[in-house]
Amino acid sequence: MAQKLDYLKETPSQTAGPYVHIGLAPGAAGFDIYRSELGWDIAGPNAAGERIRVEGVVIDGTGNPVKDVLIEAWQANASGVYAHPESGGEVEDGFRGWGRVITDFETGEWGFDTVKPGPVKARRKLGTGPLHEPANAGGDWLGRADEAHENMAPHINLWIVARGINIGLNTRVYFDDEAEANAKDPVLNLIEWQNRRPTLIAKRGERDGKVVYRFDIRLQGENETVFFDI
Amino acid sequence: MSQAEFYQRDRERHPPALTPDYKTSVARSPRNALISLQQSVSEITGPVFGHNDIDPIDNDLIHNYAKAGASAIGERIIVHGRVLDENGRPVAGTLVEAWQANAGGRYRHKKDTYLAPIDPNFGGCGRTITDENGYYFFRTVKPGAYPWRNWVNNWRPAHIHMSIFGTSFSQRLITQCYFEGDPLIAKCPIVKTIPTQDGIDSLVAALDLNATIPLDSIAYKFDIVLRGRRSTLFENRLEGN
Repeated sequence: MAQKLDYLKETPSQTAGPYVHIGLAPGAAGFDIYRSELGWDIAGPNAAGERIRVEGVVIDGTGNPVKDVLIEAWQANASGVYAHPESGGEVEDGFRGWGRVITDFETGEWGFDTVKPGPVKARRKLGTGPLHEPANAGGDWLGRADEAHENMAPHINLWIVARGINIGLNTRVYFDDEAEANAKDPVLNLIEWQNRRPTLIAKRGERDGKVVYRFDIRLQGENETVFFDI
Repeated sequence: MSQAEFYQRDRERHPPALTPDYKTSVARSPRNALISLQQSVSEITGPVFGHNDIDPIDNDLIHNYAKAGASAIGERIIVHGRVLDENGRPVAGTLVEAWQANAGGRYRHKKDTYLAPIDPNFGGCGRTITDENGYYFFRTVKPGAYPWRNWVNNWRPAHIHMSIFGTSFSQRLITQCYFEGDPLIAKCPIVKTIPTQDGIDSLVAALDLNATIPLDSIAYKFDIVLRGRRSTLFENRLEGN
């Protein structure tokens, strides 16, 4: 017998269930309780960059829309900085970079208004330096400030929970008008099956003079969306 | 920068996506394998919340939806504990959100049509931010069991849904807190999506008489563990661990 490792074990996930709105979007459940609900304004009025809307529907393995989903988004600002101390950089006052939306109970449609994120630094590439040395002086473990490192293409990180989903699903929204950046994106290129990569690329359109990206999520079956273990 | 990515999630401890006895999971579970990512700044960062985002009453479900002078009906309880990471360090300043049915098992939700009545003085949600020791508490009433359409005679054990952020998007977690001694726990297809008994036990809050308020409220202790974080290997020594 070896010594026992004394790490704690992560608390197991459970489904958010059909009434997730009570806790995370009580107005949608049918009652007002908080001074303000969190997550309805991702970018705030001061954020620079192109104003966009991202919307879609979540479809289950039978081809039907899922009408009780909650989606959280996490993104950088137009300069590629996250509203977090480890992102290294400032964001505009009021830019949170995080939001949550729910699907319409009748149609299953969801959508959020935000700004298009800028590219953010990728991890250091394997083999670009000695394993046990920083990427370069002044850089950090992610390789920021290392010119040799590529950016990731602009993307929004999504986390999807619902009744019937036992552990939140992670995916990413990329943009179809960023073809050149997408072609070099290290995460998209990690997906061995090239025909699965387009499931992560939202389609740009316009409605009432507003830029709208369509991003449908297929949980299962034909054209199943790529989900990540992050 | 002295910290690197978070420990890989142990997918054998969490429920798999496809758990057919929980019927809704059948059509809502991916059939392809997840693509594993080494973390980048997109995963090691996450939203930050402060006390400006919430009100002090938000963690008191007995009173946060009650009319003046009234309180929710049911067994008055305190649910408290610490949010820790896998290294045993407190996760301070993180947002914890909770929601639940009332004492009769009825949710205040327009889609819940169970015949047990709504409590006019109970909303059913709360939120709080952990202190510098990772400590949190909610004051509430113990939720009732409720029936659901899975098999024809399935009843959820009494439970409180919990949502926890941690410090990164990769730590994001939603789970459910059950109560010590409830015989419905062993019967529940949602509980049994969890593959190990140890994992199930970790979701059962313990009766905590030491924390009760005599003649007022019973207490249950529910600690939450989020993913731990590696110290960087780019420096001469491992910090902290």
